[in-house]
Amino acid sequence: MESSMLGGDARPWLIQASYLLTAFLFIMGLKRMSSPVTARSGIVWAGAGMLVATLFTFLYPGMTNFGWMLPAIILGTALAWWTGRRVAMTDMPQMIALYNGFGGGAAAAIAAVELYRGEAMSLTMATLAVVGGLIGAVSFSGSLIAFGKLQGLIRRSFRFGGQQLVNLVVIAAAVAVGALLASGHATGALHVSAFFVLALLFGVLMTLPIGGADMPVVISLYNAFTGLAVAFEGFVMQNAAMIIAGTVVGSAGTLLTQLMAKAMNRSIGNVLFSGFGETGGAAAGGAVTGSMKPIEASDVGVMMAFAQKVIVVPGYGMAVAQAQHKVWELCQLLIERGVTVKFAIHPVAGRMPGHMNVLLAEAGVPYDLIADLDEINAEFETADVALIIGANDVVNPVARTDKSSPIYGMPILNADKAKNVIVVKRGQGAGFSGIENALFYLDNTRMLYGDGQAAAAQLIQAVKALG
Amino acid sequence: MIVTITGIVALYIFMLAAFTGYEVIAKVPVILHTPLMSGSNFVHGIVLVGAMVALGNAHTTLEKVIGFIGVFMAAGNAAGGYVVTERMLEMFKASGAKPKPGGH
Repeated sequence: MESSMLGGDARPWLIQASYLLTAFLFIMGLKRMSSPVTARSGIVWAGAGMLVATLFTFLYPGMTNFGWMLPAIILGTALAWWTGRRVAMTDMPQMIALYNGFGGGAAAAIAAVELYRGEAMSLTMATLAVVGGLIGAVSFSGSLIAFGKLQGLIRRSFRFGGQQLVNLVVIAAAVAVGALLASGHATGALHVSAFFVLALLFGVLMTLPIGGADMPVVISLYNAFTGLAVAFEGFVMQNAAMIIAGTVVGSAGTLLTQLMAKAMNRSIGNVLFSGFGETGGAAAGGAVTGSMKPIEASDVGVMMAFAQKVIVVPGYGMAVAQAQHKVWELCQLLIERGVTVKFAIHPVAGRMPGHMNVLLAEAGVPYDLIADLDEINAEFETADVALIIGANDVVNPVARTDKSSPIYGMPILNADKAKNVIVVKRGQGAGFSGIENALFYLDNTRMLYGDGQAAAAQLIQAVKALG
Repeated sequence: MIVTITGIVALYIFMLAAFTGYEVIAKVPVILHTPLMSGSNFVHGIVLVGAMVALGNAHTTLEKVIGFIGVFMAAGNAAGGYVVTERMLEMFKASGAKPKPGGH
């Protein structure tokens, strides 16, 4: 199988060289994507790598079925391109879940083709094919459920007694059938089909009980799963590009999942095996004393216009109200007046860590005005106004003080340390987790009731009126 | 098969690639978590080349149908992952930069 470059078939050598180039472009691309200055070019580097690998793969000796292959590539690319262009920035997390599920499904499909073919493989290869197929199938069906949940297609959580036991039985059965297939004790379409049905079922069962708030961590975990599945199938296909890219994503995705879980004050095990994401806070009452004190927009306008420093704390509620453009317009007015304006972003301010930054970037907020928790927390003490808009749990001081609270220990933005705290809020209800927010009752806090967009528009008018 | 990657060589590749992935991501700021997850989601779209080879060597109709689905989904993973990542990263700019005209 060694091919000579002299006079022999040069295609295998070309393919290997192209895969090497692709692996290099992927790693450089990911590296560039990890800094805001170079991030934009990072995806272009990685994209070039994908294009190179895809084109050179057509040179594989002995390939047929181009009549199937080209329509599949064109259809898949066109559909994903079209949906990806149209999706709103707020819906980005579920689209990532969907595309990730497709990747897992493709890895499982590779395993399925190999296993249905039933050609003798070494134990190592057969095991890798089966394990990759299992992980890929779980990632596929699990990601689809995650997509359905975030998209609002699946509203219930489907929890029942003994659920963990049922899940355990299903995964054990899948592993058992898989082991029989890998060791050659079971062959044939029936066993292969049973294996994939069990694996897909497990992905569904595992994901259904997980609450919406935890879904980003799960999506990130499935992203790492798909990477691993691709790497394993890469060994089966003897494809270096798949092995390297899949493994890099597998380990990077695992780290990213841990970072996200940490930012949300959860452990991965906690996310997978408990239901906090939806039911948390049911037990929360807490001893909150005092009253919420309302304020008029015109007064807030004066307060901010004559402030030295204003820190805006946006939450997902702001994005839901589509208020980010108005908020940025307001901030630009303040900046023109010489006020220092910063945005303080909690890691879980959006649907997933970093999501809020994307939403603010969409509105035109430069990234150097945006600070994350570690950078900004010391600055609240020097801020004249902290404007909380659409955020709730992430500024709740009970996370620092009340050991009985479900969010105790979660890192929060210390907005309560600002001289004045203005909370823009629709009404008096509790937050996403149902926990009463002690910040709203502080002496230096004033409530500006109303829809985020309308409130921001009123504030703009108020500041403009000052001339 | 063009080259054989087995045994200890496979493990070496696996280990080095795993460290690479870890190191590349380790110092990423929180603001880039979502785009980076999306970017790594795009990168495993490389499964497309494996799906193409699997379909290209399929014999029975069943194999061809599964191969077709695999290539279709892999292409979706790659194309969708690229578009959403690019759209997100396109918006990151410093305060010195000019805003994009006619942006939505």
